[in-house]
Amino acid sequence: MPGAVERRAATFVLVLGTLWGLWEGWHWIGTHYKLTWPFAVNDITMPHLHTIVKALFQPAQANGPKLITVLWHASLFTAKEAAVGLVIGGVVGFAIAVVLSQSGLLERGIIPYVVASQTVPLLAIAPMVVVGLGSKGVRDWVSVSILAAYLTFFPVTINALRGLKSADPNAVELMRSYAAGRWKILWKLRVPSSLPYLFSAFRIAAPVSIVGAIISEPAASIQGGLGGAIVNFNQYYSIEPQELWATNVIAAALGITFFVVVVLAERAVVRRAPEQVA
Amino acid sequence: MSVVELAAVSKTFGRGKTHALEGIDLVIEQGEFVSLIGPSGCGKSTLLRIVGDLIQPSSGSVVVNGKSAHQARLDRDYGIVFQNAVLYEWRTVAKNIALPLEMLAWSRAKRSERIGELLDLVELTGFENHYPWQLSGGMQQRVSIARALSFSPALLLMDEPFGALDEMTRERLNMELLDIWRETESTIVFVTHSIAEAVFLSTRAVVMSARPGRISGIVEIDLPQPRTAETREDPRYFELVTEVREALARSGAEKAVEQELVAGDDQ
Repeated sequence: MPGAVERRAATFVLVLGTLWGLWEGWHWIGTHYKLTWPFAVNDITMPHLHTIVKALFQPAQANGPKLITVLWHASLFTAKEAAVGLVIGGVVGFAIAVVLSQSGLLERGIIPYVVASQTVPLLAIAPMVVVGLGSKGVRDWVSVSILAAYLTFFPVTINALRGLKSADPNAVELMRSYAAGRWKILWKLRVPSSLPYLFSAFRIAAPVSIVGAIISEPAASIQGGLGGAIVNFNQYYSIEPQELWATNVIAAALGITFFVVVVLAERAVVRRAPEQVA
Repeated sequence: MSVVELAAVSKTFGRGKTHALEGIDLVIEQGEFVSLIGPSGCGKSTLLRIVGDLIQPSSGSVVVNGKSAHQARLDRDYGIVFQNAVLYEWRTVAKNIALPLEMLAWSRAKRSERIGELLDLVELTGFENHYPWQLSGGMQQRVSIARALSFSPALLLMDEPFGALDEMTRERLNMELLDIWRETESTIVFVTHSIAEAVFLSTRAVVMSARPGRISGIVEIDLPQPRTAETREDPRYFELVTEVREALARSGAEKAVEQELVAGDDQ
């Protein structure tokens, strides 16, 4: 009998192989039958996967470092921005939820604005934040973090609010029977009850923080991150599409890494009945 | 000395639309074991919460330990047990029991000594590091009782604590509760809808009627103490079961308690 680790590895390889087969299969069908719908298939719209992988190990510019080395450094830079953004968004988002959980009137009054904040495109507010904070001496990458936080606070607020209110009414009575006040009930009961909800929010917010950082980098004229790399390779797409695709793969890998870190943190922190662990 | 004094207590919910309780007068003396029995909707749980200052009465006066119910709650004069164990699933058994002690700012050493005593009392020694989901329903309820007893309150409020348990577990926990009651010399107010349970446990059974919730009769349970398994075979036990049943019937609650009558006949 294979162990859990072996089964996992086998599933991973199988899924990866299937995706590879679908991509190359569609590429073959598209070029062989000259499909024009839904899009024309050729080496520009769908470069071979082996071309993409090969591109990672070749210099992006003549005599420059390998693409993967460039992207590694870009990833670290973007990861820093995203991680700081995730922390800021998490703290601010949770703080808003705690305040709103204290009064139904407050919640009904404020939540519409929290929702409305997410309908404003990040692209529209990015220049304001970068220019506005830049004039106060805030470094550009910090502005990018704050823009990432603008996206990440939202799922945290919504989920944490639900979590804070999820406590069993009898448990609240129990706390009151110990003469516990509002803050004792919050700290000893509502916050621990909200943790599983909070981690669900972080699972969403972690990859979103990277998207936020990538989108915000061009607005801050930051060249050194994945956002800068994507803008750069966009300009060469009609000649060397594999470099943009390779960058996308690395960005996706970074998002998955963030997600996994959240899952591992959740395992370490949250104590729940096994059947309730998502 | 009386522990609970209720005078003309009424409670209406939803702007006078629902009369949950009306004109409740009841005095509970120190060391008594009083059951509140009645059909669902008779307000017995509401009454328990009024004693615990978890719900405010619409009118009437509530005195607990010689002071207002509110002050008694702030002084942590009572422990409460619900139908569900209401354990914190992120805390171990020991930490669940220690919750009220943490609120009272007991030192770590004092807490762990007390936890040891309580685990012994509810026969859960060895389970201190288990999480609630690793325990059976009966064991969970024992943890909940240990938690209520942790700070040695003189008054124990119990809201159908064994209602969700199977009959065998229920009877065993009834015996254990009586032992605890005797050992701790506490006063217990016990909400139930089981006639058999009310008669077996109590010194007095307060029979309530529904809509509005009123006290329709009080049955003195003069069975000898300590109660044992033989108590359930005592002819006096059956007379008292009949008496409570008839009091309930007079209160117009026949339909609501039919199930309990069937359960009572089985014994």
